[in-house]
Amino acid sequence: MSIKLNALFSDSYVDISQYRDQHFKGNRYEQEKLLKQSCTLYVGNLSFYTTEEQVHELFSKSGDVKRIIIGLDKVKKTACGFCFVEYYTRADAENAMRFINGTRLDDRIIRTDWDAGFKEGRQFGRGKSGGQVRDEYRQDYDPARGGYGKLVQKS
Amino acid sequence: MSRRRHSDESDAGSQPHKRRRTSEPIEIEDRLESLICRVGEKSTSSLESNLEGLAGVLEADLPNYKSKILRILCAVARILPEKLTVYTTLVGLLNARNYNFGGEFVEAMIRQLKETLKSNLYSEALYLVRFLSDLVNCHVIAAPSMVAMFENFVSVTQEEDIPQVRSDWYVYAVLSSLPWVGKELYEKKDVEMDRLLNQIEGYLKRRQKTHVPMLQVWTAEKPHPQEEYLDCLWAQVQKLKKDRWQERHILRPYIAFDSVLCEALQHNLPPFTPPAHSDDAVYPMPHVVFRMFDYTDAPEGPVMPGSHSVERFVIEENLHCIIKSHWRERKTCAAQLLSYPGKNKIPLNYHIVEVIFGELFQLPGPPHIDVMYTALLIELCKLQPGSLPQVLAQATEMMYMRLDTMNTTCIDRLINWFSHHLSNFQFRWSWDDWADCLTQDIEKPKPKFVKEVLEKCMRLSYHQRIVDIVPPSFTALIPANPVCSYKYGDEADSSLPGLAMTTTVGNAIKNRASNEEILIVLKDVPNPNQDDDDDEGDGFNPLKIEVFLQTLLHLAAKSSSHSFSALAKFHEVLKTLTDSDEGKLHILRVLYEFWRNHPQMISVLVDKLIRTQIVDCAAVANWIFSPEMAHDFTRFYVWEILHSTIRKMNKHVQKIQKELDEAKVKLEKQQNKKQLVRIDQTDNWRFGFWLVTMSSHSIELVPETTYAVEEGLLHFFIFFIFYFFKSYLDSQTLQKLLLFRRKQSSYA
Repeated sequence: MSIKLNALFSDSYVDISQYRDQHFKGNRYEQEKLLKQSCTLYVGNLSFYTTEEQVHELFSKSGDVKRIIIGLDKVKKTACGFCFVEYYTRADAENAMRFINGTRLDDRIIRTDWDAGFKEGRQFGRGKSGGQVRDEYRQDYDPARGGYGKLVQKS
Repeated sequence: MSRRRHSDESDAGSQPHKRRRTSEPIEIEDRLESLICRVGEKSTSSLESNLEGLAGVLEADLPNYKSKILRILCAVARILPEKLTVYTTLVGLLNARNYNFGGEFVEAMIRQLKETLKSNLYSEALYLVRFLSDLVNCHVIAAPSMVAMFENFVSVTQEEDIPQVRSDWYVYAVLSSLPWVGKELYEKKDVEMDRLLNQIEGYLKRRQKTHVPMLQVWTAEKPHPQEEYLDCLWAQVQKLKKDRWQERHILRPYIAFDSVLCEALQHNLPPFTPPAHSDDAVYPMPHVVFRMFDYTDAPEGPVMPGSHSVERFVIEENLHCIIKSHWRERKTCAAQLLSYPGKNKIPLNYHIVEVIFGELFQLPGPPHIDVMYTALLIELCKLQPGSLPQVLAQATEMMYMRLDTMNTTCIDRLINWFSHHLSNFQFRWSWDDWADCLTQDIEKPKPKFVKEVLEKCMRLSYHQRIVDIVPPSFTALIPANPVCSYKYGDEADSSLPGLAMTTTVGNAIKNRASNEEILIVLKDVPNPNQDDDDDEGDGFNPLKIEVFLQTLLHLAAKSSSHSFSALAKFHEVLKTLTDSDEGKLHILRVLYEFWRNHPQMISVLVDKLIRTQIVDCAAVANWIFSPEMAHDFTRFYVWEILHSTIRKMNKHVQKIQKELDEAKVKLEKQQNKKQLVRIDQTDNWRFGFWLVTMSSHSIELVPETTYAVEEGLLHFFIFFIFYFFKSYLDSQTLQKLLLFRRKQSSYA
């Protein structure tokens, strides 16, 4: 007798996004399968100065955090504005996607997305200069992310 | 906007066997669902003309899709209570066009009602009862048969040996339907209704209300008494009756169709006997009505309905229902709340804020996760930037003024909400408005509240930020700079015991010494507790713990990750040093001493120590309740640690209980392999089970399950589980050992 009325009750904050990790070892199907059962979130648009403790305080609001891995500049080995947050349960991670994604940390709107799972090496930025790719090409001035984009800085 | 799920859009190539959507009937069914669920949304025509149109479409589809339509309508009745009258109107129109369909719908609803009651889905059952009662207004159900059902409900109050919450629910189901159908029922059956209400009144007078003080957010009666929910509803119904059942708030689309509907033939509800009470019935808990606003608080605009007006009840019910439907999607939820029909006649922002805080502060726990309410309030502020933030500020101010009588758990939630909320708005607040707290004793609620808020704000930012956002007068309430306190640093007194050893230990750690090497180094640390030679050096040695842990924590102080790595690397050393209960207690003391200015770090490291089994939950509890921690007893971080510890313990016990139950089930299936041991009991033995489970994630110790022995002859079944388990092993993850232990001392 019971039907779910899919048309009505979406849970879109929990859906996987269009992003796929190009360095993922496996095919698209495998990556999507992992994303759909993952307990790990990628967190982006962090300030370079945001600490692990701040991330922990915020993300603990949706459940017990298993570990946090701060993203590092590959060359400088300093924080470069992203991190991974791993929960013990999927349900806790889903609540983070619903209620912490799109809110502020260190006065910046942060963005969370599903991650297929942390592997050694993934804590490093993939931009040519060592930081994140997005910081290579951006034109704006962002004091919390090293000022101008790297391309602008070099010119 | 397409409601297709993302998985459909990225179907191409993503799944090896893509399901092809070829069958038309499935699409038509989805369309029906969409039509029904979205009736009246985003339409330029009136709701009434949309309903009329939809009734026509559905009537035409009845020959082919009757059962699907029935199921959809039953589902909306159950799940969309905030749109109750829209769908009762629709059913009314369908019944007028097709009497048989109306009859089948009523039957389906009764079946659904029985199922929900049997499945402990009491809030859904409530919506179904309300739906049925409103069908009386739509001429689908005959009023006398509805009264008869209500009479059966109220007769539950005569049942003996039932939990009060059972009869409570049936009374509540009747009373909470009366705002919708009271008028109609009284017009047709006033004598019976009077009798019904008298019975209810009698019941309400004699029922127990010892639970009320436990559930109240404020203990004070002023300015708004926190009433028990049935008492409040009763007062509201009484007032409605006095007003001759004139109710003007509820949106009733069926009024426009009166000429059509009154031509329709009505159905009689079959006699409905409430299902008997059973032991596994779980009735809803009682609650207290949360009120923080009245008409004096909304300065301009529409007047807020009084606390005993039925309008207030209906508004609050509907807002709660909207949150229940849409809590997962905060933008939708906020939009739905703000587009509440009839919003122009009420101070909607005040109602919304009151309902949200009512849920957040609900005791024992809110219906949804706390952080949802923070996110929802932020969305509401975004959608109504000119009005909602002011209402929220007013609410915060009010709650600050009433801290003296607020339940401590609710204060904790308020602190967490407020600090998180501020962190989204650059911590902008008129702190000077709260300067009155500066002259009070720092242990009083107001200064304590501000202090705890600032501490939480600091956790989400950094110390200097907090210094910058508060006026200089608030310095005393600013949290300590969260730096570590290394007792063996450069300023340490040269006579401090163990000081010299810290350099040795520090160097060993820096030179990547192994656990064994560290233990050897530590052997030279004298034990201030012992005079005689402890050859092994394995007894409890507080100085060893201090020297090692302080040095380790100091080297790893950079971040929590560094500290976690350090604890992991030297797990063996720590396990050895904390082998005894005193050792476990001391490690917590040392940790506290080192990080006493950084409560968050203490919390995080205690969690890690428990999960890696260096300390157990009992040690944490002993430490928290020890005399040395008395000075911090009213600081919230201590309770945060305690709650977190208890939660971990609970989850762990649940997990082990589940595994034990599963093991017992498996065992019962293998009856012939069981070994029985009979023991004549003469003394009082206690037998304990130790189940040590090793999972692939962490090592966990299970609390001992003890079986106290009774006097006389007893049969003991001792299950040598590990023999049995070899056959059932999930060898990749679990291995269970059963150790049989006799204990003569009781387990604390």
